Amino acid sequence: MTALPLRDTHRSRARWRRGLRKTGFWLSVAVIVSPAVLVFLWMLSLSLKNEIDNLAYPPVLIPSPPTFGNFLQVFEQNSIGRYLWNSILVSGGATLVALLIGVPAGFGIARVGAKRLTVLILIARMTPALSYLIPLFAVFQFLRLNNTLTALVITHLVITVPIIVYIMAGYFETLPKELEEAALIDGGSVWSTFRYVALPLARPGIVVGTILAFIFSWNNFVFGAVLAGRETRTLPVAVYNVLTFEQLAWGPLAAAAIIVTLPVLLLTILIQKEIVVGLTHGGVKGG
Amino acid sequence: MPAIVMPPARGARFLARRRRSYYLFIVPALVVVGAVIVFPWLFTLWMSAFDWTIGSTAHFVGLGNYQKLLGNQRFLESILHTFYFTALAVAVPLVLGTAAAMIFHREFPFRGVLRGIFVMPMMATPVAVALVWTMMFHPQQGVLNYLLSLVGLPPSLWVYSPTLVIPSLVLVEVWHWTPLVMLIVLGGLAALPTEPYESARLDGATEWQLFRYITLPLVAPFLVVAAVIRTIDALKTFDTIYVITGGGPGTASETINLYLYLQAFAFYNIGNASAVVVVFFVIVLVLALLLLHVREKTKWS
Repeated sequence: MTALPLRDTHRSRARWRRGLRKTGFWLSVAVIVSPAVLVFLWMLSLSLKNEIDNLAYPPVLIPSPPTFGNFLQVFEQNSIGRYLWNSILVSGGATLVALLIGVPAGFGIARVGAKRLTVLILIARMTPALSYLIPLFAVFQFLRLNNTLTALVITHLVITVPIIVYIMAGYFETLPKELEEAALIDGGSVWSTFRYVALPLARPGIVVGTILAFIFSWNNFVFGAVLAGRETRTLPVAVYNVLTFEQLAWGPLAAAAIIVTLPVLLLTILIQKEIVVGLTHGGVKGG
Repeated sequence: MPAIVMPPARGARFLARRRRSYYLFIVPALVVVGAVIVFPWLFTLWMSAFDWTIGSTAHFVGLGNYQKLLGNQRFLESILHTFYFTALAVAVPLVLGTAAAMIFHREFPFRGVLRGIFVMPMMATPVAVALVWTMMFHPQQGVLNYLLSLVGLPPSLWVYSPTLVIPSLVLVEVWHWTPLVMLIVLGGLAALPTEPYESARLDGATEWQLFRYITLPLVAPFLVVAAVIRTIDALKTFDTIYVITGGGPGTASETINLYLYLQAFAFYNIGNASAVVVVFFVIVLVLALLLLHVREKTKWS
């Protein structure tokens, strides 16, 4: 009889401690996730507020009423649509070329075991992006290619090719070789085993490589900042150059920032797991 | 291997031919890498020996550009700025990223969604991020000073102060890249064995002791990988610094990369800029090798 209440306090204290630990845990989750949430929320808030609210002190978080005026203004007055199209052409083009040459290269590297070639790619990753620009700028000047989208696509290959080759070489290495061996013994050529056996199996790797290459090309700023002309600016360059010079209003600036980064964030959420695998697998990152 | 099924002589020739056709797969990529990556390296090395400004003729000066850099106060200061920025932008994400990885290593509701949100900054376009932070840093209308006032702290000048500009820029870098460190460490944690923990718990070890004496040594190789990647990226940081401060106020946040940009694309001083690139590349290479050397040591022990 006397032992029971004692056990009870024991149990309630244990429960209390567990509750405390749980609260502490969720608190730490909140602390580490909130910076990401807050910055993106603030970005959204800035883009949906009119200029008076944006300059108000203390700052207003929830726009009342929310306005899409900033987005409309950015499209109408700053021809963001054209720059969006430029970005799609440049990143799309550079990713496509990288796939055409990078996927076979990844296959070749994986099958002959030419691991040394990936060292070249690691060194390429270590080189500051700006250092590619000086020689390429000089060459494009000579070829009269400066200010063209072609020059930008070629330069963006610096980003996309290493990513695709690196990811594909790693991916083809994980594929079982037995099927390919069987096809080769049956008299198939190396090309046809690549085309009909290895390539279909490599689709998941190709998806990850394509998306990562596209994202890092899309995010690149400095190549466009140096090589693009007025008409051929990519979106990040346009957002920086056009908007910060032509108007200092915060609303349109935030709206443009959202237009640049939203496609990337959507892709990230869509294939979160694959991106995580691709990124941690050697920590590829362009530029 | 098909060599087993075939007569050896024919098999060997067959294999050699097959090997050659595999190499053919690599050729197109090699050509492109040669044109856009290897050629610029060599061209830069070559140009660094010339005094050449676009629009004028080039003069061979040998090591003259390097010699001038040694006496260039602004360049030497930019190296110091770069090291200061890099040290902070490596250390802070490593600590925070490891802490975040410890949290996401546990099972809890909505873990996938929350991890997705946590990772988002890493993929966001740097220029967009930099613009938003520029607005947040604003001393009068910026939201950061408002947040400071909420907890009773005096307003800060953030990137407008010569002493605070680099720590403020590091704040953006930490926000941007802590997720990458978290993902790498999380990968390390997933591969940990469970036995040491069970026996240590039986011996009455506290959570902190478990972390300090079991987890930390076991994930150390992953931390080194994260440190290498972070160091390379921090040294190369350009977009955020260029957009937020442009190297200012004055030259207080002018890193090597920004100095390089000005030399090459504001003054078109290609010879000098090429020499800066070579020095810069050597710095990146040496630091990366140094860290990899540490990695070999941690592996060995």
